[in-house]
Amino acid sequence: MPDKRLKRVDLIFSDECVYKDVLTKALKKSSEEIIKDILDSGLRGRGGAGFPTGMKWKFTAQEAEPEKYVVCNADEGEPGTFKDREILTRVPHKVFGGMAICGKAIGAKHGYVYLRGEYRFLKADIENALEKFHNTLKEIGFDFQIHLLMGAGAYICGEESALFESMEGHRGEPRNKPPYPTIAGFRKKPTVINNVETLVYAFMICNIGSKQFYDLGTADSRGSKVFSVSGDTPIPGIYELELGMSLETFVEEFGDGDTKAVQVGGASGFCVPRKKFKDTIIGFEGVPTGGSMMIFNSSRSMYNVLKNYVEFFEEESCGQCTPCRVGCQQLKLGIEAVKKGEKSAAYLDTLRKLADTMKISAKCGLGQSVANSFSSIVDNFKEEMIY
Amino acid sequence: MPEIKELVKQLADKHGRNRESLLPILQGIVTEERYISDFAMTEVARELDMSAALVYGTATFYSFLDTKPRGKYVIRLCKTITCDMKGKKQILRTLEDLLKIEVGETTKDKKFTLLETNCLGWCHKGPAMLINDEVYTEITPEKVSEIIGDYMKNR
Repeated sequence: MPDKRLKRVDLIFSDECVYKDVLTKALKKSSEEIIKDILDSGLRGRGGAGFPTGMKWKFTAQEAEPEKYVVCNADEGEPGTFKDREILTRVPHKVFGGMAICGKAIGAKHGYVYLRGEYRFLKADIENALEKFHNTLKEIGFDFQIHLLMGAGAYICGEESALFESMEGHRGEPRNKPPYPTIAGFRKKPTVINNVETLVYAFMICNIGSKQFYDLGTADSRGSKVFSVSGDTPIPGIYELELGMSLETFVEEFGDGDTKAVQVGGASGFCVPRKKFKDTIIGFEGVPTGGSMMIFNSSRSMYNVLKNYVEFFEEESCGQCTPCRVGCQQLKLGIEAVKKGEKSAAYLDTLRKLADTMKISAKCGLGQSVANSFSSIVDNFKEEMIY
Repeated sequence: MPEIKELVKQLADKHGRNRESLLPILQGIVTEERYISDFAMTEVARELDMSAALVYGTATFYSFLDTKPRGKYVIRLCKTITCDMKGKKQILRTLEDLLKIEVGETTKDKKFTLLETNCLGWCHKGPAMLINDEVYTEITPEKVSEIIGDYMKNR
């Protein structure tokens, strides 16, 4: 099992490259060349799901439809995640660069940044950065326009098809899949939708080459990743680290010496207890994460943690499909009843079954992933749920 | 009311009159009025030539598109776990004491509304809150008293 030592990397925020040169060089390449670079790098989506970015671009490029779009998903709502805000604050031009390169690769003339409403204070800065970026593109002679759209406080809009619905002026309710966005996304046209961080990596791969990126990380998780570290840690913040380290290594660096559990991947991710730190790899071969790392020490009640997550899902469920709408409500009522002693401890097994049912029957990733945190917390901290 | 009519018209002139303009228009109304009244919703429906039910359905989906009267300053305190661990409950009590209202309520002078919200994306600097679009992080009861005091006096 690979256990890389913790290695800090500085690709995302580094200022080494001459921005315009990188962009000019990349935009001179053919669509096939760009897609090959991204495929060769092994880059996978950094929003959490981890779909190979090069494949997404390739599928969209293959569509014959003349109208296509690039969408940057900046609806960062996963509890414990704040990296996209940091990236958009410090290096927005790299995000836009990644979008333009994607536009060249798939043949799109328009890109959209969908920014969550909670980050409205960034709007003016992003608009200024966009103006500069459009001027740079004009100098390079590449026709691509990026528009900024604001979200309005709905976690579910981070789900790609819900995000398209919101962009089109509807309620942010996820669509049925297939068709996938590469065929029918925004305005039902072929669309590449990538996370903020993914787009910056795509840009950086055009600078450093696919090999240097590929050489970082492990077979399943190439490259580095930006982690949002919070909770019981003396050094909370944003860290870009090479993928493939064990959770034990991570906790040695970031824990406060008394770490009981780490929630990897936010409320929709997995809770890993201390006894499993050693054998858990942070990456797609172990526990995948969009970057959220919440650290809990032994003074924390895991019941409170779980209750907070379940309440979060109950509120943020769009209500469209029954498994998620009713499931989240029942999970919340269920753990409360067990805690109060109104239901026996065995009722937790019934709730676990409900969570598993949601995993296979909910319409979108939100409802499907409630079981991740629910089951991993209930299984590992059963006594805390009961007493 | 005539002002709302005029506002909706201006926003429609700016953002367009198709379905995709709906969210930007509703956001524009919230920026100006702090909330979207029933009257504003029917005005938007008329201006965009769509059913008022569609406007209502869309507006009520989003937590930042308030459809109930709100104060001039809407305080949104993050209640997600990491902020909660860093003392959010104490902050909430301080806010309730200062404003003499509970979560979900608006002060009598219509100046402040107090709400709780889900993750604001400042987990490393909790507790965090928004007052309208402005962010305040690593807040303590003392800091909150100062901030609110400033809003009460100077704004």
